[in-house]
Amino acid sequence: MATNSEVTRRGSGAATQESSGSTAQRAQSAEAPIRPPVDIWEDKDGITLCADMPGVSKERLNLRIDGNNLVVEGQVQLELSESAEALYADVRSGLYRRSFSLGGELESGKIEASLKDGVLTVRIPKRAELRPRKIEVQGS
Amino acid sequence: MFGNPSNMPGSVFDELWRLQQEVDELFGSWSSPLGIRSVPRGSFPAVNVGQTPERVDVYLFAPGIDPKSLDISIQQNLLTISGRRVLGTAEDAEYYRQERFAGEFRRAISLPEDVDPERVQAKYVDGIVQIGIQRRESMRPRQIEIH
Repeated sequence: MATNSEVTRRGSGAATQESSGSTAQRAQSAEAPIRPPVDIWEDKDGITLCADMPGVSKERLNLRIDGNNLVVEGQVQLELSESAEALYADVRSGLYRRSFSLGGELESGKIEASLKDGVLTVRIPKRAELRPRKIEVQGS
Repeated sequence: MFGNPSNMPGSVFDELWRLQQEVDELFGSWSSPLGIRSVPRGSFPAVNVGQTPERVDVYLFAPGIDPKSLDISIQQNLLTISGRRVLGTAEDAEYYRQERFAGEFRRAISLPEDVDPERVQAKYVDGIVQIGIQRRESMRPRQIEIH
């Protein structure tokens, strides 16, 4: 077993026909983290964030609150043999990282998260007293 | 009279185009020929291919899909993968960002010539489809000993 970054470090090597055609060694960006694509939406109870982090297992996911920021981090693990060399690589880093600043109306202490098939879902509830309340007009 | 809008100096599109060109040059894909079946950078799913003398492994970074819906086929040394990614949409919600890919996808990957299309295995772990293809024995480099 080895991490993805080993494959990525070895660079493009002999490219296949489908590669972008580069046989030159790529820029030394192997360890620059990947910004995972996200969907973010809000409903009346809170905000939900979904991030694509393929190759990250629960053990290698690091989700934390840093000050006012939510930091999403994960390490890619690929099953490959020690002697494997890269023929082609779209993914050239073994690390995902992205951070989001949270507003004070969110309950950062009550964040729930789940990870399934490389998709991270984070639910950040709003403080109960700050949830929008519909005000009913009383009839006579 | 109106001129060509794309010739406007300092247009944001010019800037983006130049940036794209610089990035392509940096990565070397500008001057060298483009693979005829290659797809633009950032296409879903991302693909890595690794090899050893015994086998070739293809990794598709395809999180949150139903692996049963994938259509994986191999013809000689051309591997084709197609499928569809369906993302649920939250009701009564307002979206701020929708960056994740949804819809149909297809990628064709040409592998080394000595792969054996009869010996292919695929599995789906943590959002990565791993397809392992054995290489033919006769093509493997063999150590020759002198007696």
